[in-house]
Amino acid sequence: MALSRDEIYSKVQGVLVDALGVDEDDVTPTASLRADLGAESIDFLDITFRLEKAFTTDPTKPFKIPRGELFPEELNTEFVQEGKLTDAGLAEVHRRLPHADLAKLDQTRDSALIPDLFAVQDIVDYIQRKLGS
Amino acid sequence: MRWIWIDKFIEFTPRTSATTVKNVSLAEEHLHDLYPDFPVVPHSLLVEGFAQTAGILVGEARNFAEKVILAKVSRATFHRLVRPGDTIHFIARVDQLSEQGASTSGTITCGGELVGEIEMMFSHIDQNMAGLEFPEHNFVFTEQFTELLKGYRAGGVVTI
Repeated sequence: MALSRDEIYSKVQGVLVDALGVDEDDVTPTASLRADLGAESIDFLDITFRLEKAFTTDPTKPFKIPRGELFPEELNTEFVQEGKLTDAGLAEVHRRLPHADLAKLDQTRDSALIPDLFAVQDIVDYIQRKLGS
Repeated sequence: MRWIWIDKFIEFTPRTSATTVKNVSLAEEHLHDLYPDFPVVPHSLLVEGFAQTAGILVGEARNFAEKVILAKVSRATFHRLVRPGDTIHFIARVDQLSEQGASTSGTITCGGELVGEIEMMFSHIDQNMAGLEFPEHNFVFTEQFTELLKGYRAGGVVTI
């Protein structure tokens, strides 16, 4: 049976509490992973691993998150060249982060800004899309 | 001083698990530094011993092609002290492994008693820190570490 958005949110919240050592109350939908929850670069890999484990219900069909599919800091060269987003990259960020204020990013195209924009609800959106629920 | 906190492997299953042994001797200088009248192994060095065990396990999974560094200690809980004369086991397993790094977990035991529980992340730094400069050679897996594993694979028999 497909998970509801609330069920997905609850699992994501648990993953972030464990990975980042934050309180459950700190993990709100709009909380930024970096600015609000203090995530550092290795934490993004830790979160990816924990999400794969949390959303795998059948060991014969593991829930896998391919590199670069979830976290924008891993965008490939089609999307980022010399630290600047290409047109395709900018469009991809708009698609992945529909809740974020992207005005500064639109102006500078600086890919280093992206991790600061990534919020809890963006992970929930991604999981919901991927599970098709 | 040789920065190596494991004595030998007693189990090694590639990409899965490894167990090492460390014999604690009163001759080790660090034992006299923390509490001069009450020698104990600092928890930080127990974490390092576990990291060396798990790190070699992670490195071997990709034939030591990656520079594997300890990136995060997600959890380290200790239940008892380790003192001179103790023989401890570091028991590590790989939970997840990708081209970017690995998550590992396991225990430290002494005489069958639980000393500590640890979860830690390793990063393949060439995969994660593109643009930063690192030496071309693999400076993580020095001869000291790879020889340990060779000794295990040779059944502990060292030929000269």
